[in-house]
Amino acid sequence: MIAYIIRRLLYAIPILIGVNLITFALFFFVNSPDDMARIHLGVKRVTPEAIAKWKADRGYDKPLVYNTDAPGLAKATDTIFYRHSLKLFVLDFGRSDEGRDIYYDITNRMWPSLAIALPTFLVGILVYVTFALLLAFFRGSYLDAGGVVVCVVLMSISTLFYVIGGQYLVSKLLHLVPISGYDDSGWLAFKFLTLPVAVGVVSAIGANTRLYRTFFLEEIGKDYVRTARAKGLSEARVLFRHVLQNAMIPILTGVVVVIPLLFIGSLIMESFFGIPGLGSYTIDAIHSQDFAIVRAMVFLGSVLYIVGLILTDLSYTLVDPRVRLE
Amino acid sequence: MPIQPVFLWTDVLIYVLLAAAVGFGLYASRHEHLRTPWRQVARRPMAMAAAVVLAAYVGTGLLDSIHFRERLPDQTQYSAEVQSVLDRLLHPLRARVETTYSAPFAATAYAKETVEHPDGRRTREYPRLRYGGAHLVDAAGATRDIALRVVTASATALLAWAALTAMFVLAWREKGQAFPLAVRRLARGDSPVPWRTVLVTVGVLILLVANAGHLSLYYHVLGTDQVGQDVLLKSLKSVRTGLVIGTLTTLVMLPFAVLFGLMAGYFRGWVDDVIQYTYTTLSSIPGVLLIAAAILSLQVYMANHPESFDNVVARADTRLLFLCVILGVTSWTSLCRLLRGEALKLREADYVQAAQALGASHGWVLARHLFPNVMHVVLITVVLDFSGLVLAEAVLSYVGVGVDPSMDSWGNMINSARLEMAREPMVWWSLAAAFLFMFALVLAANMFADAVRDAFDPRLRK
Repeated sequence: MIAYIIRRLLYAIPILIGVNLITFALFFFVNSPDDMARIHLGVKRVTPEAIAKWKADRGYDKPLVYNTDAPGLAKATDTIFYRHSLKLFVLDFGRSDEGRDIYYDITNRMWPSLAIALPTFLVGILVYVTFALLLAFFRGSYLDAGGVVVCVVLMSISTLFYVIGGQYLVSKLLHLVPISGYDDSGWLAFKFLTLPVAVGVVSAIGANTRLYRTFFLEEIGKDYVRTARAKGLSEARVLFRHVLQNAMIPILTGVVVVIPLLFIGSLIMESFFGIPGLGSYTIDAIHSQDFAIVRAMVFLGSVLYIVGLILTDLSYTLVDPRVRLE
Repeated sequence: MPIQPVFLWTDVLIYVLLAAAVGFGLYASRHEHLRTPWRQVARRPMAMAAAVVLAAYVGTGLLDSIHFRERLPDQTQYSAEVQSVLDRLLHPLRARVETTYSAPFAATAYAKETVEHPDGRRTREYPRLRYGGAHLVDAAGATRDIALRVVTASATALLAWAALTAMFVLAWREKGQAFPLAVRRLARGDSPVPWRTVLVTVGVLILLVANAGHLSLYYHVLGTDQVGQDVLLKSLKSVRTGLVIGTLTTLVMLPFAVLFGLMAGYFRGWVDDVIQYTYTTLSSIPGVLLIAAAILSLQVYMANHPESFDNVVARADTRLLFLCVILGVTSWTSLCRLLRGEALKLREADYVQAAQALGASHGWVLARHLFPNVMHVVLITVVLDFSGLVLAEAVLSYVGVGVDPSMDSWGNMINSARLEMAREPMVWWSLAAAFLFMFALVLAANMFADAVRDAFDPRLRK
């Protein structure tokens, strides 16, 4: 098991190098640091001196990958690639184009992200599995058929409408909770988080319920279920004891992989509800064209995704004793 | 020539896509194994109703994809403004621009203004709109006027629909069958293809179009936006954007996904390793972030190279195409992985082994034996992806990395609606219009995709 994890972690290295190269190419080859400086300083009427100063302040004045002027090893290290791209591997994110420490910002802002993403995730799974089991229990009936139609209708509505509609209905008309904002202490935090969590759960209800329902129906058709029924087990017991446990495998495939990504939060939810997490951090960076932050977030996202893949494999051993990780 | 045709990048690709679709249709009609599942799709009433709605959207999108420039009155130069056929058809809507917001069917403006009367008095009142309900003497009579117009438009639409249905029945009835009998058979739904559903859907569409068309000559049916543009016009113009994102993305990624997926599964070894590494790397970057990074880079490039784009439309079009490409880059990986798995299975199949034993080249085996046998996977993925991509456009535009802000799109409409919702009284119509148009398209696409998947997926076949 340990050996497997180590091997998987080693596999991750070439992938992260690939990610690193892609982001480097996107940010430094497509546009030179001069172009970036011009965007930040205003395209027109910008002096070469101002550009040079902007670049020097942020360390973008070095050569891209190979510094012919530097002595010895510094030929490779005194470059933009080494300073701004390779250092991401040791989670040294450097400073944003505004001059703030990105690592500090990230460690500060991931908690609000988690505070909204984790409850959404947990409540979501509970709700989707419940509804899907309900539909599977009444399979073939009008309730099931109607439920599937409702699911298709719900999944045809953009997340944005759920957010706008939820804010309007709950906060503006009913005045139940504040429309947006964040506080990290007790009752206030609960009041602020209820609506985004509810909206987050509801917006994915159609797609996930329908998906899980097909997982359950696939299991229900199998021989061991027939055997369980033949033994005289009640339908509820068959569903909960047998079908639910076995359908966990396909469900886990899609679910575990996103757990690490919960730290990054959701771009839409956080910006609509004014939550100072990493999602709104990214959106702000996109709007202000802060490349250093976007670069850091891309790399962080990839790392977390790969961690998620490894966790998924490990979770299989928990629910499926047949799986052995060699 | 009075006009000069303009070919935008996305236009050309749309024609390519259309040609490909027609080609596939011809191919499918000559092969029984493809014809059977399509026939199965055609027998589902929901799928056919969805297909009619989709056809209406596609028609709108295609009309909006034929661009041209008009010759200026001095006969020597062409206008700088690029128009589409749809723009031309909707010219009455385009010309009738108010000063700012106005509610649907309103005859008066959205906010009170100080009006100076000829006798020098000044009052605060809702001024009359320039075009909306301008034919009315008294703005209070709008309801009666609208009701009358709805009745006339609906009556005309129903007549047109009846004529269409009659023509259909004449063409459709069996030889020698009496007309009333054929009508009764149709009304009973006694046909393998649910023509009744199709005709009812067409009828509803005709009714909607007739009413909207007639009323929008006198009113702003869906209101106007901040700069006084008709919201109905904006919604219709957004159709093309949504369709382009939903279809061209697939067109862009399909060749790579199919080629690499099949090659990885068929050749295995180092080819497999390289391709797997590529798609694992790409898929490990969260999609939104990769798109954001790419679009940011493009923005900077465009800002620094304004000379490469001769007008606003071409600029917005380049960005739209680039968005399709980058969405394709993020979405080809799952299809590639799926096809690799299929190819791994198929390469052991008897007919592939036989072809290899007979000395067929790898290219031949891939093209003639593997590709046709994964066609269903490709088709299912394409139709299932469509609705997701249309929804993604809205989200990306909201985040600020979607289509150009100057381009009409549902995402941009929703984006501006955020501020409009905070106004008092609330401006809800832009949002509602974007919602309705998007919802109808995505719902139809989802229902159609379900039918296609049920028909083509061998695991679901009974």
